[in-house]
Amino acid sequence: MKRAGFTTRWLPMLLLLPQLAVIIVFFYWPAAQAVQSSFYLEDPFGFGSTFVGLDNYTYLAQSTEYAKIARFTLVFTILVTFFSLALALLLAVKADKVIRGAKSYRTLLMWVYAVAPPVAGFIGLLMFNQSWGPLTELAKSFGWDFTLGVNATDTAAAMVLVSVWKQVPVNFIFFLSGLQSIPKSVREAALIDCASAIRRFWDVTFPLLAPTGFFLLIINITYALFDTFGIVDTLVKGEPGNNPMTLVYKVYVDGFRGNDLGGSSAQSVVLMVLVLALTVVQFRLVERRIHYT
Amino acid sequence: MAQVTLNNIRKVYPNGNEAVEPLSFSIADGEFVVLVGPSGCGKSTLLRMVAGLEDISEGTLSIGDSNVNHVDPAERDIAMVFQNYALYPHMTVRKNIGYGLKNRKIPAAEIEKKVQEAAKMLNLTEYLERKPSQLSGGQRQRVAMGRAVVRDPALFLFDEPLSNLDAKLRHQMRIEIKALQRRLGVTSIYVTHDQVEAMTMADRIIVLNAGRIEQIGTPAEIYHRPASTFVASFMGAPPMNLIDAQVKDGRVVIDGDTPVADAQGTGAVTMGIRPEDVEIGPTCDMPFTIDIVEELGAHRLLHGKLAGQDFTIHIGKDVAAVAGPIRISINPDAVVLFDAETGVAL
Repeated sequence: MKRAGFTTRWLPMLLLLPQLAVIIVFFYWPAAQAVQSSFYLEDPFGFGSTFVGLDNYTYLAQSTEYAKIARFTLVFTILVTFFSLALALLLAVKADKVIRGAKSYRTLLMWVYAVAPPVAGFIGLLMFNQSWGPLTELAKSFGWDFTLGVNATDTAAAMVLVSVWKQVPVNFIFFLSGLQSIPKSVREAALIDCASAIRRFWDVTFPLLAPTGFFLLIINITYALFDTFGIVDTLVKGEPGNNPMTLVYKVYVDGFRGNDLGGSSAQSVVLMVLVLALTVVQFRLVERRIHYT
Repeated sequence: MAQVTLNNIRKVYPNGNEAVEPLSFSIADGEFVVLVGPSGCGKSTLLRMVAGLEDISEGTLSIGDSNVNHVDPAERDIAMVFQNYALYPHMTVRKNIGYGLKNRKIPAAEIEKKVQEAAKMLNLTEYLERKPSQLSGGQRQRVAMGRAVVRDPALFLFDEPLSNLDAKLRHQMRIEIKALQRRLGVTSIYVTHDQVEAMTMADRIIVLNAGRIEQIGTPAEIYHRPASTFVASFMGAPPMNLIDAQVKDGRVVIDGDTPVADAQGTGAVTMGIRPEDVEIGPTCDMPFTIDIVEELGAHRLLHGKLAGQDFTIHIGKDVAAVAGPIRISINPDAVVLFDAETGVAL
């Protein structure tokens, strides 16, 4: 393969500069700031800061509240990831079988992709409105007195539901294209080899979707951990008191509501390490795992 | 093992396109039938209807004694070899071959025994633990064969199984498939657009064109007694010479007055003659002009003009020929006459 090259060394660097500047100003610099301020105790009124070493981290490690939120985030992430992947897969498999009007079905199923997280959260608020929300009514008909923002479990359920709803289209698009990349003749061979559609799915379709699935797993974990901020924020209406929240939301609450910049920074650093670990897993495991030719 | 009967089978797509016109034929137990025709003639559609991968629009299909029109592909007791092999990429060769058996509730020990037998028969024993991506084209083709053989089905279906292989391998696999089919005695339907494959492998050939059957016959019948000008020009390389001729006074004449063969009736006809049924020599009765001599080693092809029309002659390697005028004569017994309008054999 022919490799195009530059004749001078300065031109490529110049061309890289804007992108590097964006990354440095918006990513590395704040990250470095966060690491630095995690070692300081910030005066709430901004009159100065005291170096406290690892105090912020030991406080986090000993905090039962933080542990509780971490546990909730774990459960929340597992539920959101599992349900958004499972539902999307089910929809993709069904949509793949539709012959007439396939395009319209697919477009409708992808629609929600365009909804911004806070808007999704707001729609959730309307659906679960205490006095007239249709989903509240539905829950009531099953004997479930749904009180969003009052009962922690109810709020958590709404958070999971809205987050899953928001994420399903993304997974759907990937699963559908994954399904369509399975050669038709392989499916037909399976049709001749195996009479049961369910067996065929688990023996042939599912393993061939595994590369897509692994990729989506990482994407969904990241989504549930970080990108659900807008949904959580709208649903708990800035009244976190009794409500469940995720680790990312806790960073915001402590840093910007509680003005505890040091503690909040320490939490950010913990999350940064988590993201780093996920990235390593993605590159090491997913990139290398099961790829077929 | 079973007889297969197609009775007025027709395929119409929802857009109104008729891929296969109503057609009927039956295949005897153990027979190797080749469906041959150009792209889009409906041969693959027909095969896929037999497999159950396409719905049958009209007509009835029976395999053995039972009507299978509405039977699932897996329940039809068939095995199919696909053009691009269609192996399961995530399974080893062993699992690929055994998958169809596993789903039929056959005990693991018996599956293992059958897989080993099939692998031995196809020289795949040392590749059993490999994935398809680690195999060559010919080996993948063998695995696809193994997957069919191991099932011991009533009917084998082959959908252009050799068209992805190079010429040398294709020749070798052609012989292997034919030998295997002979040994197992399984009724087979084989689809191809390659007339050499059709000629060499078939017990009986069905020539299809535009969703219709042009001719059903043994390779020799198809070759020597084509039922239409389509069959005459499709089968054989080079194809049969087709020349405009006249029938006068019970004789076929081309251009001048030299009678070529006896015939009944009168008027314009299309005369067919295979390139090898022509003799050359100074005492022959017709003039011919050689334009190009195609040297093929074992034989030569002389391309030129007979009475102003394109004509090809096949001669042995020991007969000398150079471009220019020569004399030829046509073997009257090998002449086939077709209706000049419809192209149907007279």
